[in-house]
Amino acid sequence: MTLTSLPFLIFAAVTVLLYYLLPKRAQWVVLLTASILFYAAAGGWYLPFILVTILTTFLLARVIERRAKADEDYIAAHKADMDKDARKAYKAAGKKKRFRILTAGLILNFGILAVLKYTGFTLSIVNDILGLFTASTLTVPSLILPLGISFYTFRSTGYLIDVYRGKAKAATNLGKYALFISFFPAVMQGPICRYNDLATQFDTPHRAEWDNLSAGLLRVLWGFFKKLVVADTLMAAVKTIVGIPEDFGGMYVLLLIILYSAVIYGDFTGGIDITIGLSRMLGLKLTENFNRPFSSRSTAEYWNRWHITMGSWFTDYVFYPLSICPSMQKLTKWSRAHLGKAIGMRFPVYLATLVTWFLTGLWHGASWNFIVWGVLNGVIILISRECEPLYKRFRERFPGLTSSAFYGGFMCVRTFFLMGAVRILDCYRDVPVTAKAFASMFYDFSHWGDLFDGSVMDKLGITLPVWVLVGLATLLIFFVSRAGKETPVADRLSRRPVLWTLAALGLAVTVMIFGSYGIGFDAGDFIYGQF
Amino acid sequence: MENMNVKTPQKTLWLRALCIVIALAILAAIPAVLTPILMPKYLTQSKEGSLTEEYYSAVAETNHDVLFVGDCEIFESFVPAILWEEYGISAYLRGGAQQLVWHSYYLLQDALRYETPKAVVFNVYALKYGEPQKEAYNRMALDGMEWSSVKAEAIFASMTEEEHFIDYVFPFFRYHSRWSELTAEDFAYAWRDKPAVSDSGYLMQTGIVPADTQSELTPEQLVDYTLPATAMAYLDKMRTLCAEKGIELILVKAPTNFWRYHWYDEWDRQITDYASTHGLAYYNLIPKASEMGLDMNTDTYDAGAHLNVYGAEKLTRYFGEILKEGHAIPDRRGEGDTAAVWQRRVDAYYARKAAMEAEAREQ
Repeated sequence: MTLTSLPFLIFAAVTVLLYYLLPKRAQWVVLLTASILFYAAAGGWYLPFILVTILTTFLLARVIERRAKADEDYIAAHKADMDKDARKAYKAAGKKKRFRILTAGLILNFGILAVLKYTGFTLSIVNDILGLFTASTLTVPSLILPLGISFYTFRSTGYLIDVYRGKAKAATNLGKYALFISFFPAVMQGPICRYNDLATQFDTPHRAEWDNLSAGLLRVLWGFFKKLVVADTLMAAVKTIVGIPEDFGGMYVLLLIILYSAVIYGDFTGGIDITIGLSRMLGLKLTENFNRPFSSRSTAEYWNRWHITMGSWFTDYVFYPLSICPSMQKLTKWSRAHLGKAIGMRFPVYLATLVTWFLTGLWHGASWNFIVWGVLNGVIILISRECEPLYKRFRERFPGLTSSAFYGGFMCVRTFFLMGAVRILDCYRDVPVTAKAFASMFYDFSHWGDLFDGSVMDKLGITLPVWVLVGLATLLIFFVSRAGKETPVADRLSRRPVLWTLAALGLAVTVMIFGSYGIGFDAGDFIYGQF
Repeated sequence: MENMNVKTPQKTLWLRALCIVIALAILAAIPAVLTPILMPKYLTQSKEGSLTEEYYSAVAETNHDVLFVGDCEIFESFVPAILWEEYGISAYLRGGAQQLVWHSYYLLQDALRYETPKAVVFNVYALKYGEPQKEAYNRMALDGMEWSSVKAEAIFASMTEEEHFIDYVFPFFRYHSRWSELTAEDFAYAWRDKPAVSDSGYLMQTGIVPADTQSELTPEQLVDYTLPATAMAYLDKMRTLCAEKGIELILVKAPTNFWRYHWYDEWDRQITDYASTHGLAYYNLIPKASEMGLDMNTDTYDAGAHLNVYGAEKLTRYFGEILKEGHAIPDRRGEGDTAAVWQRRVDAYYARKAAMEAEAREQ
């Protein structure tokens, strides 16, 4: 049941109705029941895995919190008997024990993710190595991958770490905690909500309010528009280019960078719009996952605007802990001593950045293309950081130019193409093929004629009216995105019933007529749902 | 999120309610308005898609003594106008492109809601298929059916895995993607009756492409020659339905035996056995091709797969004799109203034939 399918629409509508019709104290039960049904509909075999994650993180968080409380109580009770050092030692011993519990929880849950998602990839690497020495290979098992495992594992482990750090209180209601992990609109592709942001909202009763219902519905429709009118329509062309890389080099790779950027933007932000919109209809506010990413002027800015919740998860739970962990500090000392101050200062940040981006790539998928994609992003960010003094000097030298709209636009376009070029690793899913295709842009100029004689349309199987449609839709997305810089357009429209009706109707009709759904379209699955 | 502590004015509530009602009304009206435009018209391409719906206007004019049901070997092989002209037999073809046996069963059941013929002629070639094949053929067979419980059953029996019943109830959701390929024809016939593409279900072809006798292509060898149980079960249903209504079921295999659409002896034996077990007449016309005067150098429009109008006329004359002599189908040429209807149809048939021949000559 994908977010754009008719069964999901019916399911969501029934859930919203029951949510508001049943007594308010049962609202979270309605959502939990809906989430379990939604998850079970994806595959009954998935349920035990998410249940293990829910139960283990729920219980371990409780144990961690109880132990922390017990330690505090003990110190408070024996304040008079203990000197400062004794209190410090006691605290440290308690923290160490809690850390062991946390580690056990992380190993178990990341272990499940690792076994299910990465066994095949690991064994294929082992087989490649074995192949150098022997003819025998290991059998690669075909394991099931529970729906949204990458997302709910991050949500639950983030919660466990927050409880360990004392940033979140351990959940006391297993049902509500299960709902936080499995909340059906967000279970497939995020956003990766934090416990403090979402779970507390389940405690509050929600009234059916026009503002929430109208703005939420409009956002859902906007998500459908982006996904079905833009992303899925262009996906056919992307598949054509990627399907026969040897026939579609040069100009087509450049086109692929643009088209796939539009596809993944429409697909992912569209899916998130549906998720956030539906949650809004339920009176729940989810963390925003995008903030006009294609207006970014640098790679670092881009990653603060794209898939924000994933980026902040990696920053909070991987990058920072890694940067300040004892072994990293030792390494920093050593590098300062042996490699000099300049390198020594950079060393921990660079290493933490590359490890974080390696893991980010690995999180996206168990294949080399994602790993290379992740590491490349890290390398680009580091190179940008190294070039910052150069940029600074350039800005000082040409203040008029660098503060102009033209230069700003140039920076956005540059970032767009840079990120787009790295992103095509996700299209070809094969590093050498991607490298060859990318290189062809610089030596194969034979396809440029297709742009001018119109044969590009025939070759990509997209007719002129469809190009016009997608072009207009993209323009609309651009203007709506700009207009929503301060206050989301959906919120503004919901205050004006006539305009809201026109907008909702316009979107619904456009999706109904021009959307890529039904037979002949491979719509439905969201790209990020695969991660 | 705004906290609604301030009471919303009554006027605003009414305005919101009104807006929602109007929006829902427009939303519901859009498919109703656009479906007639978006539905394929099947007038210039894939004309077979028009065949199912053309039956209803024909049966409103007159009843038929013989109904032919089956796949393309029906609508390309038998000419009702010739049956009338030569034998006074009032017949209609409910055939369609890759019309599978369950399509034929339900189209027959549908036809029996309007009339009860004396005989039903079923072309057996489609019995080779035991499963739904292609959505496009389902749509061509079923979209034109008038809504009834029979159509609903037909849809459920025919759908491929990718299809949904709701797309048949609201064809808008199936054909919305045609927005970028609409032609003047789609608008012209959105709310207007389309001209008939067939002559009592016969889809005329006047082209001549001789059968390729030099080709080394041969029919593929099958692993299992047993006709699928599902297909045979529907044949059984058809037989029972006809028996209940007192209609004679006649089985026939059209005389073409193209390498790609080959009729295997093993299949033929199974049909022969079935027919003899249930006391049905079965005519395998493949061996009779030369007896009826078919010349595959001139009587086929696609190198032997299907007959053109010249071949179809020869076959119809031959088969009309069988119907008249072997199955006592009455000659109604003396019946005023029926004769008048058929005279119009025969005239239309020859007019179309002349027009198509003239067009072919011009090309």
